[in-house]
Amino acid sequence: MDMIKKVLGVVWIALGLYAGYDRIIDSFKRIGGETMDDVIFGWIILLVLTPIIVGSLVLFGYYSLTGEYTEEG
Amino acid sequence: MSSSPQSRQGITTVIGASSVGTLIEWYDFYIFGSLAAIISTQFFPKGNPTAALLSALAVFAAGFVVRPFGALVFGRLGDIVGRKYTFLVTLVLMGGSTFLIGLVPGYESIGMAAPIIVLLLRLIQGLALGGEYGGAATYVAEHAPVGKRGLYTSWIQTTATLGLFLSLGVILTCRNALGVEEFEDWGWRIPFWISILLVGVSIYIRLKMAESPAFTKIKAEGKISTNPLKESFTKKENMKMVLLALLGAVMGQGVVWYTGQFYALSFMQNTMALDTAQASWVLIYALALGTGFFILFGWLSDKIGRKWIMMAGMLLAIISYRPIYTMMYDTADLTKKTAVEGSEKTDVTNSTAANGNKVEKKVVTRSYTDGTKFKETTTTTTPVGSTTADKPVVKKAVTLPSGQQWTLVFLILIQVIYVTMVYGPIAAFLVELFPTRIRYTSMSLPYHIGNGIFGGLMPFIGTALVTQAKTAGTAMPYLAGLWYPIIIAGVCLVIGTLYLSNKAVDEE
Repeated sequence: MDMIKKVLGVVWIALGLYAGYDRIIDSFKRIGGETMDDVIFGWIILLVLTPIIVGSLVLFGYYSLTGEYTEEG
Repeated sequence: MSSSPQSRQGITTVIGASSVGTLIEWYDFYIFGSLAAIISTQFFPKGNPTAALLSALAVFAAGFVVRPFGALVFGRLGDIVGRKYTFLVTLVLMGGSTFLIGLVPGYESIGMAAPIIVLLLRLIQGLALGGEYGGAATYVAEHAPVGKRGLYTSWIQTTATLGLFLSLGVILTCRNALGVEEFEDWGWRIPFWISILLVGVSIYIRLKMAESPAFTKIKAEGKISTNPLKESFTKKENMKMVLLALLGAVMGQGVVWYTGQFYALSFMQNTMALDTAQASWVLIYALALGTGFFILFGWLSDKIGRKWIMMAGMLLAIISYRPIYTMMYDTADLTKKTAVEGSEKTDVTNSTAANGNKVEKKVVTRSYTDGTKFKETTTTTTPVGSTTADKPVVKKAVTLPSGQQWTLVFLILIQVIYVTMVYGPIAAFLVELFPTRIRYTSMSLPYHIGNGIFGGLMPFIGTALVTQAKTAGTAMPYLAGLWYPIIIAGVCLVIGTLYLSNKAVDEE
């Protein structure tokens, strides 16, 4: 189980980076949109949700990869 | 945590006083969301109802987004000064700002100052709520004997649902007593005014309570943290638990909670076009029937552990959301119903508003063979001095017969039970992850990021996904909003299953 947790660390880092890339692209499209709901939604995604998703998944992945969540960690 | 509580008051008083205050804070917070549609017409520029509604939703989101900041500010205070005084401050802030929202004059009276003041008060509400929950949960848990934390803190967990229940009940009572027009004109302010009375009672009760025994003990021993923020989020051994709490439990719990209660209500009112009052009653019945399960799962988590109950709730939600929402949609899908021949009636009335605008109101009603009623109201306003009418405002309302209403209650109840599975044990779970000296700070932040941001943005993101799916011509676009909770809960389920321990952590 400890090995699985360590290997999955890479998955969480990759997932965080992909989610960040995907959300940033999507939020820019919305911010440049014509309707007010798109603009508001875009800014919320860009400034609030994306940093939290990316930051937490990447850091969690890093801790996982370095064995912080193993029995000894 | 003490196994023999040294507090002066009994545990029942501790739970009661903490729960009542937290319930009132939730009530304060929810009335704004429940009245978002009316608030948008009162405080935001008229003419474009969608923009007005979205502005109010943005304010609603602001109320959620700011919650983690409240968690940091008041969490720090609670770990330094104490739990009791901190959640007294949050109660005063919440009650005061709620009462003041009920006093703010509308946009037509004071212009842009109105939405700005409302936004500021809403932000204060969010900050206060960010500080309240962690304090109440910590306070009760620190009084609870080992082996009963899940049961005792589950009472705190009921308050969020009961607060929604109370807010819907007060709103419906006021609406029925005043009539729809008068309620939408000024009566919506009453639920905000009532808050000051409720908060007054709660402050009186809380003032008589003693500080938590665990906090009193570490204070006497000089073990209080001098910088809980630094200790919580810069020390790796604690930060990794904060991340685990967020990604392995609270993130999924937040989206399951907000889907089961708030998105479900929004879905009934907006997507299914269910009559507003009927949708509220459906949710009220489901909440009334489901709330006891918080206690059940809190108690059960003391017996078999917190982890698997929460993970099971997330798994069931992921698997069943799409079938449940398909069934919900079908109950009000008029394309699958047969209209009673000759039942359609159209009534057109013309009037002149106080400001001179000409208003045409066209009401179309229709009955269906299964007892369903449909009403469509189209209001067209022609501004004074103009020959061109504004864009018509169309309101649709489907009223279901009793049998189908109870089908909806059942479908919402299933979702409420998922909520109780993920939310019932979460307070005890979070309390047990962190040591007393930094507990208030450490548990509050992941809780409010998970619930305030991941969960609180759920109705907003869900609605946007549905709009996007409609534009793209996707089949069954009304289900598109569910992808957000399904994906978030899915990631959380995998992390929680692999990384969380099912053992309760005992400390001190």
